[in-house]
Amino acid sequence: MATKRVLVLYAHPSQHRSEVNFPLRQAAQEVEGVTLVDLYYEYPNFDICIDREQKRLLSHDVVIFQFPLYWYSTPSILKEWQDLILEYGFAYGQEGTQLHGKPFLCALSAGGKAEAYRADGYNHFTIGELLQPLEQMANLTGMVYLPPFAIFGSRTAVEDKRVAGHVEQYRQLLHALVDDKVDIKAAQALPILTDNLRNFIKDGA
Amino acid sequence: MTSYFIQAFIYLVAAVIAVPLAKRFGLGSVLGYLIAGTVIGPVIGLVGEETTTIQHFAEFGVVMMLFLVGLELEPRMLWGMRNRLLGLGGLQVGLTAAIVMGIALGFNQPWSIALAIGLIFSLSSTAIVLQTFNEKGLTKTEGGQNAFSVLLFQDIAVIPMLAFIPLLALPELIAQAQQAVHTAADHHEELSLVAGLPGWAYGLVITASIAAVVVGGHFLSRPLFKFVAGSGLREIFTATALMLVVGIAALMSLVGLSPALGTFIAGVMLANSEFRHELESNIEPFKGLLLGLFFITVGAGIRFDVLFGEFFTIIGLTLAVIALKAAVLFVLALIFRIKGSNRWLFTLSLAQAGEFGFVLLSFSTQNHVLPAEIVQTLSLVVALSMFLTPGLFILFDKVILPRYERQSNQREEDVIEEKGTVIIAGIGRFGQIVNRVLVANGVKTVVLDHQADQVDNLRRINTQAYFGDATRPDLLHTAGVEEAAMVVVAIDNQEASVELVKYLKHSFPKVKVLARAFDRGHGYQLRQAGADVIESETYHSALELGAAAMREFGQHPFLVEQQKNAFKRAEDAQSDELYAAWNDESEGSERYDNNYVKLFMALEERIKQAMAFDRSDGHSMAERSWTPPPKGYADQFSEDDPSSKES
Repeated sequence: MATKRVLVLYAHPSQHRSEVNFPLRQAAQEVEGVTLVDLYYEYPNFDICIDREQKRLLSHDVVIFQFPLYWYSTPSILKEWQDLILEYGFAYGQEGTQLHGKPFLCALSAGGKAEAYRADGYNHFTIGELLQPLEQMANLTGMVYLPPFAIFGSRTAVEDKRVAGHVEQYRQLLHALVDDKVDIKAAQALPILTDNLRNFIKDGA
Repeated sequence: MTSYFIQAFIYLVAAVIAVPLAKRFGLGSVLGYLIAGTVIGPVIGLVGEETTTIQHFAEFGVVMMLFLVGLELEPRMLWGMRNRLLGLGGLQVGLTAAIVMGIALGFNQPWSIALAIGLIFSLSSTAIVLQTFNEKGLTKTEGGQNAFSVLLFQDIAVIPMLAFIPLLALPELIAQAQQAVHTAADHHEELSLVAGLPGWAYGLVITASIAAVVVGGHFLSRPLFKFVAGSGLREIFTATALMLVVGIAALMSLVGLSPALGTFIAGVMLANSEFRHELESNIEPFKGLLLGLFFITVGAGIRFDVLFGEFFTIIGLTLAVIALKAAVLFVLALIFRIKGSNRWLFTLSLAQAGEFGFVLLSFSTQNHVLPAEIVQTLSLVVALSMFLTPGLFILFDKVILPRYERQSNQREEDVIEEKGTVIIAGIGRFGQIVNRVLVANGVKTVVLDHQADQVDNLRRINTQAYFGDATRPDLLHTAGVEEAAMVVVAIDNQEASVELVKYLKHSFPKVKVLARAFDRGHGYQLRQAGADVIESETYHSALELGAAAMREFGQHPFLVEQQKNAFKRAEDAQSDELYAAWNDESEGSERYDNNYVKLFMALEERIKQAMAFDRSDGHSMAERSWTPPPKGYADQFSEDDPSSKES
């Protein structure tokens, strides 16, 4: 069975308050083949080490951004990471082909309910539309963009006892990525990966 | 004189052999002392008659222990535990005394004898229990705290008992009324200030003496300690501490109160003092030795002839007493909702009779309350039950605790509560800031400094600070270094700080040591000594001032920040290499000569490089920050996405 190395770049600026992302992080850490990088932990001053991060990218096959949605985007350190790490000549431009072919996806939690992320909802845009800058980042760097693993209504997930279910799905998704059992085309056809695992994870093989 | 030396030598030899062996077999030091006593006493008969005399002397160990116990208790804390003290302690003493008395009555003893026996067995051994708690680190557990309240109540209850027991000698009631006052002072009566005083005057004298201890402890101790500390002589400080304890014990004896209670009160009064830890570390060794001596005399005092004469009666009685006390304690633990393993700790730790039992027994004999045969038997029961106590602790450790540990694997929250403190050695301009950061974040700190003025200032602004030389192992011990999470070494003396780090890492490898370095060389010394974290006291502030200078030049603050980071990175990258070079070189001034100097120059060069940006237009791989792509780069892209060009 093919084994892929999965890099989870985890960014949560106030982890001690986290109700959803932290359990997801714990689960990810336990999956063999997954490297979890806590960006706020490693770079509390935002002084990100470019060489180190680029080496990490090179030694992994799948890249995941895991974060709580802040103002319809990533927390600031992930943007900083993009600004510094995805250099011309490394990630794009002439000879910038280092990331080509690596699947990329966002694993995120959003406070609003799923219904809010619709043209007629109060957020007006779908989560896929809001993540378009990241989708285009993947395109320009030659990565293979997958729809997000998005958890909605994260502020009530504990009260609704949904956390364990989310964690289990995330675990399955990560295992499928490590075991290379994700049908990329089938996944790309979906709006989000959450709750749709059976539609794109190949059995056996 | 010669015989004293020989006796002392025998006692010490017994202790030196038996105690380390007992500890090695996991039996605790108390059992070691008891065994040592039995061996030199009844078994091979090296010591004998003088045991009682020595015991009186050794009881002073108990007095010192209570002084130390008092030092650990701030008055506020004592007030906070008043419910447990009165409720738990009162019920324990009352119930046990009543039940024992009932049983004795069942055996056709007169009620006065029955009551006296009840009172005697209601007491437990403060000495054994506290010593064992200390050794096993159980003092802070719920079971340990509750047991402590009960012990404290018992120690206080001894005083009215001493006053009351003479009244039980019914036929001589009138004659005893005066003698109660007279003999209450001690069972081996010599001097008394209050003999023959009428009741009201006696009350006044007692109140006045306690007031003297309280007021003196509060107002006079600090000027006294400051005066002594100013001399800088350690032995005089030790002498002062001893003088205090001995003086109070003497005063209490003179007015017919328990010396242990008096020193306990004095201890509580001094618990808030900045000299507390220094006092503790001065008294501690005396207490340890005297207590040990006390236990040896208990072992040596066991009368094998009496024991074997009524072997089964005495063993039966001992087991019955332990079982009964345990039952009472267990019920109380249920009522007071002491849970889990703590319930068992509480039950088992206090199920023996105590050293005050001996005191009451001989006191009862003197006052014609108990006949001599009963006293002889009961003395053995008290001693044996003390002898068996370490066994009960082993039972708790080996059988009960593992069971609960297996059960409570799931919940760890209770453990986190005791986060461990941070000891800050040296509270000058550097340690002070460290302390403020920690305290502001709710971390418990213990601050030590050898400048009484400095400590005074800190106490004025509500910081816990203690006077003392932080490089002294015994002071570190009383400051709780064993249980501390970290020690911050910020003392001014450079050599002493290196020595302290060495000692800490050697003796307490688990404790993290964070050290302040004066300069690069001192930093390397600290690193060599094993410090876990080292910060140079000037480095960061100098870096900030340098950055401020750059900003004054009109540099953009964000650029300055980046440059600062680059400087730091270059420094960090080099520090291992430089340290290795320093470490290789010979001692002294030559250290900075050869290799090290070359490396240092190389470092400066590298820092310069890190600072120098490639300012040419376009993207530079040397400049690792926000740089734009080269002009016209977008022309390379066709309309479709780049992944299509992959082939």
